[in-house]
Amino acid sequence: MDSDNDQDFCDNVDSGNVSSGDDGDDDFAMEVDMPSSTERQLETDDYQYKVLTTDEIVQHQREIIDEVNLLLKLSTPITRILLNHFKWDKEKLLEKYFDESDDNTEEFFKCAHVINPFNKPTEAVRQRTTRSQCEECEICFSLLPPDSMTGLECGHRFCLSCWREYLTTKIVTEGLGQTISCAAHGCDILVDDVTVTKLVPDARVKVKYQQLITNSFVECNQLLRWCPSVDCTYAVKVPYAEPRRVHCKCGHVFCFACGENWHDPVKCRWLKKWIKKCDDDSETSNWIAANTKECPKCSVTIEKDGGCNHMVCKNQNCKHDFCWVCLGSWEPHGSSWYNCNRYDEDEAKAARDAQEKLRSSLARYLHYYNRYMNHMLSMKFENKLYASVKQKMEEMQQHNMSWIEVQFLKKAVDILCQCRQTLMYTYVFAYYLKKNNQSMIFEDNQKDLESATETLSEYLERDITSENLADIKQKVQDKYRYCEKRCTVLLKHVHEGYDTDWWDYTE
Amino acid sequence: MSSLPRRIIKETQRLMQEPVPGINAIPDENNARYFHVIVTGPNDSPFEGGVFKLELFLPEDYPMSAPKVRFITKIYHPNIDRLGRICLDVLKDKWSPALQIRTILLSIQALLSAPNPDDPLANDVAELWKVNEAEAIRNAREWTQKYAVED
Repeated sequence: MDSDNDQDFCDNVDSGNVSSGDDGDDDFAMEVDMPSSTERQLETDDYQYKVLTTDEIVQHQREIIDEVNLLLKLSTPITRILLNHFKWDKEKLLEKYFDESDDNTEEFFKCAHVINPFNKPTEAVRQRTTRSQCEECEICFSLLPPDSMTGLECGHRFCLSCWREYLTTKIVTEGLGQTISCAAHGCDILVDDVTVTKLVPDARVKVKYQQLITNSFVECNQLLRWCPSVDCTYAVKVPYAEPRRVHCKCGHVFCFACGENWHDPVKCRWLKKWIKKCDDDSETSNWIAANTKECPKCSVTIEKDGGCNHMVCKNQNCKHDFCWVCLGSWEPHGSSWYNCNRYDEDEAKAARDAQEKLRSSLARYLHYYNRYMNHMLSMKFENKLYASVKQKMEEMQQHNMSWIEVQFLKKAVDILCQCRQTLMYTYVFAYYLKKNNQSMIFEDNQKDLESATETLSEYLERDITSENLADIKQKVQDKYRYCEKRCTVLLKHVHEGYDTDWWDYTE
Repeated sequence: MSSLPRRIIKETQRLMQEPVPGINAIPDENNARYFHVIVTGPNDSPFEGGVFKLELFLPEDYPMSAPKVRFITKIYHPNIDRLGRICLDVLKDKWSPALQIRTILLSIQALLSAPNPDDPLANDVAELWKVNEAEAIRNAREWTQKYAVED
């Protein structure tokens, strides 16, 4: 990534815009400049990943097969099945193969659902293949000459048209690729790709088959991941699997380990938990628990939206009178101003405490959720900003500015989006974080980045005229440099915490 | 309706010529893909003495996909639910086009002899089968007497 603006005059330029009065408290947490970890780059360049097209993936697959075959010297289709069995981990395959080569070869091939290629054809197979009279196909019950029949090394033979139909059904209807087994009942020997291609004449089915085996290659290979962006057909290949920021040729940036949008500083597992939490209705039920009670008589769920504690159930068949506080019948409360004599009973107190706890955990969740969603929505708007910024840049070039001079605007939007995204995920991180001294520094960093980001966003929405142009440019540049720097500081701090175990989690 | 594939015609013929003991499958007069099936409860099983009615249908892409089979007679069995649906591997992912109506019905008969409560379809039945097999077997006998024995 480019880091051409790492000039460090950001600190003093910032004091310039404090005077513009939009960020009140700027006693931010600069004390994060701790020793160590300065050498740690957030975007290290030593992570050499590649973006591959579908053709390149197929090519890559072939290279792996050839590489392994230099050592195994088996046929290509068999090597392919073996590799697929070992999830395309060639080291593991070779290790197992040479480990077990003497006495357990049989077992090795059996596990991979291949007939041992070193076996001599069994008597049965030989007999069947050398037979000259007609055979009955066990699928269509037709009597056919031997040249219309075929089968795998396992010796189960069916007619060509049944094979064709069988394979087509498996590929098209069931979406199977590398894992289609022999058509005989109970036989788990796999059909290799060359045989499939030979037996299936339909070009469309062949294409589908190719897609399926390429897909399973990418899916089970730990060093490959499809770009999760809609309609993108690229895959990313990495030197080792880790949560890293990868940038697809289509423009999408994502985390290699989990496939979500790049989510630094929060870790994959917390983000996964968070997304699940946001997706399922667990919070809906929390809300119901926190805000409603059940009628003690008919159990209908009631939300109390005001009024006194004398409840009359609205269920027409029930109409029960009860006290909202103790859930007891209203009668003993008497006609005097409500005075719930059971209010302090242990049971009632426990129920109240439980409800209180749910309520506060809901409030806590909503606090983080709202901020998370807010940045996510803003980020969507910022994407629109690119279009308007492009227009602005053209206008400015008409005002006698050169192309290079107006590039700062695009850069500003880039940084704005980057900051929004980071901020968004800081709320997920913070949600699971237990409070301690470091978490408070983190929150200060977060607050500071957030207010700077909002200011930058505001600047970018202002109209730019030829009069204020120079001024705006200065302000925008100062601000984005500041934002960028604060973002780096925040991430560095969190990473340092990961390295030195500062962070405690709530779950 | 498209003409009946050779496979189905042949299979039906053979089924009629060489019937399997304890199993009877007759195609419907109006639909050659629909079979009226009768399976007798295997000896030494709680279903002994019972006569179970089933229906069997060969879908359009048979034999590439498995026949659809369902018990019509009520039966107390951990792998058969209230609607008579059967949990059996060869009717699902272990189906092979080289299997036939005959082999499938034999598998079903075998399932009656060897219920598998670890892979249940009827959860309550399977549960009882595991915690109190004697009582489950008693229930199965009762149901057999009640629903599968004609007076």
